[in-house]
Amino acid sequence: MSTTLKRVHGYLAEFDSVKDLYHAAEQVRDAGYQRWDVHSPFPIHGMDTAMGNPRSILPKFVFCGGITGTTIAFILQTITQTNFWSHIGLGFLQKIVETYPTVVQGKPTDIWTLPAFFPVMFELTILFSAFTTLFGLLALIGLPRWNHPLFASKNFPKFSDDGFFVCIEARDPKFSQEGTKTLLEKVGGKNIELVEDEL
Amino acid sequence: MDASAPASNTPRILDREPLVLNNRSYSWITNRICGIVENKQPALWWILFIPSVLLTGLMAFCFTYLISTGVGVWGQKQPVAWAWDITNFVFWIGIGHAGTLISAILFLTRQKWRTSVNRAAEAMTIFAVMCAGLFPAFHVGRVWMVWFLAPIPNANAIWQNFKSPLLWDVFAVSTYFSVSAVFWFLGLVPDLATLRDRCRPGLKKFLYGFFALGWRGGNRHWSHYETAYMLLAALSTPLVLSVHSVVSFDFATSVVPGWHTTIFPPYFVAGAIFGGFAMVLTLMIPVRRIYGLDDLITPKHVDNMAKIILLTGTIVGYAYCMELFVAYYSANPYEADAFTLRGLTGPSTWAYYFMFSFNVFAPQLFWYRPFRHNMWVVMFVCMCVNAGMWFERYVIIATTLERHMIPGSWGVYQATWVDKYTFLGTFGFFMMLFLLFLRFLPVIAIGEVKGVLPQSNPHQDDHAEHGIQEEDLMAYADRHVPKPAAA
Repeated sequence: MSTTLKRVHGYLAEFDSVKDLYHAAEQVRDAGYQRWDVHSPFPIHGMDTAMGNPRSILPKFVFCGGITGTTIAFILQTITQTNFWSHIGLGFLQKIVETYPTVVQGKPTDIWTLPAFFPVMFELTILFSAFTTLFGLLALIGLPRWNHPLFASKNFPKFSDDGFFVCIEARDPKFSQEGTKTLLEKVGGKNIELVEDEL
Repeated sequence: MDASAPASNTPRILDREPLVLNNRSYSWITNRICGIVENKQPALWWILFIPSVLLTGLMAFCFTYLISTGVGVWGQKQPVAWAWDITNFVFWIGIGHAGTLISAILFLTRQKWRTSVNRAAEAMTIFAVMCAGLFPAFHVGRVWMVWFLAPIPNANAIWQNFKSPLLWDVFAVSTYFSVSAVFWFLGLVPDLATLRDRCRPGLKKFLYGFFALGWRGGNRHWSHYETAYMLLAALSTPLVLSVHSVVSFDFATSVVPGWHTTIFPPYFVAGAIFGGFAMVLTLMIPVRRIYGLDDLITPKHVDNMAKIILLTGTIVGYAYCMELFVAYYSANPYEADAFTLRGLTGPSTWAYYFMFSFNVFAPQLFWYRPFRHNMWVVMFVCMCVNAGMWFERYVIIATTLERHMIPGSWGVYQATWVDKYTFLGTFGFFMMLFLLFLRFLPVIAIGEVKGVLPQSNPHQDDHAEHGIQEEDLMAYADRHVPKPAAA
């Protein structure tokens, strides 16, 4: 569906090489822009410094996810296989899961059988961490999403082949139709185009 | 140091061998790899695919026959209760390990050559684990009850025995499969975006676009993405070591002579990586030739993998010898007997000799550089290793059980046709999945290969005159240059 109403998404400029893109990014950063990004077919080493990006906070999520996995494995195994929870006065928890004790292998039924639970605790730590990594990443980068204004640009799909782009968004407080375009020209941008979002 | 010293006195740092030959451009790489998916498949693809589908049908038939008749159609009976099925399980799960080693451990150790082979090796991991999972599932006898392995509340109020190594195995293998799949998918996302951007609108574009999640290659995304990739590599590294250790606990925690040894976890892990690399090469050497990927998967890659085969094969050889030594030195008559029977007087000594010569002697060819660069020799050794690693598991599992502690419980194991055709069928299943992967997904990680080209370094040529490796400087700059304050 096409309407006449359009909103400016931002300026998109193309660069010839990684080196040009890197130096352009440094200058855009120094000009004080906030809402902008560079698009490249592969991650460029050192680009975070050139853009002034902070470190990803993903590891903090993953740490929490991993601890959750360890805890769940510990509770799951001790509640179903030991008398640990009754001993610390939380026997009602064991009533809830209604376990029929499997007294086999001549192994202890108190908390000191804990080493036998290490493998499952380890595996669930890894499992929960891995899924936290995946979903934490998707949450941080705001994907998946069906469409994006940049895909309206005829030039943009080159980003996944051999194109290097800088896009400065209109919602940046320093954005101006003339000033931003001049900056992109000054830092060596080519094929500068105004990307519009259909409303 | 004297500044006026002639430049020739400074030690020259040798150039690294290029990872991509012939100075290929970004778009050449994109076209070559996407071309495999976009163009018609060569006739050989069909020549391999049709038999693979037929063998998958054979596997399905064998499992159907087993379900409808009973697990007795397999050859195991007392005293050999674990036989081909568990052998095949350990064989397949071991093959997977090379994929994770390439994708995770070589990533953490910054081995950039991994980029050309990691995608296919990870795919191989996932398909091998799928083949592996079938055997224990059917081994339980009543396969429709296999959900009892999952820790979910059930009407009997009986929970799994979490102290059993068999249940550890359930957790280890299912975690391994899930994490490998996540790792593989995450690596695929940018490449799926490449395929999406090359497609004409239609179902294909929709599907590639759907799984590419709307990837736009923004550096703010790459920044988190690289962290996620690093985290998954760091998680997979201990995971892959734990999986085969847990598999070995199935044996090592028992009191069967020949199984009850502390060397099993490292021995199994080394063997798994050894067998897995042989399978990676078995698949990749034909692929690079058929699809013209010689510039991306270079002799250097094959050479490196052959060296890993040599190393791990020698570790496995050390483990074999150490087992024999401990059997002698422990002065435990049962342990000594187990190994005398394996190697000298037992009914299946042939399997032991196959194992030893294929796994220990064949890889020694790789000490010699021209052999590592001759694809026929490499393929020959890999085939030996593929077979040898199966025999290793057969020796450990079936031949050990043929001789228990008292002669009254001795027996001889004979595989049935169902055993043999089921195993053959899983090869078809594995090949079918791998060929479909070649057909529909990029076999080489496009984005990662582009990232290791010299022109991908923003500081290319800046320090060339000093002979300093660029990545060392960059790694240093990343850590030590203060971040500019936001305006």
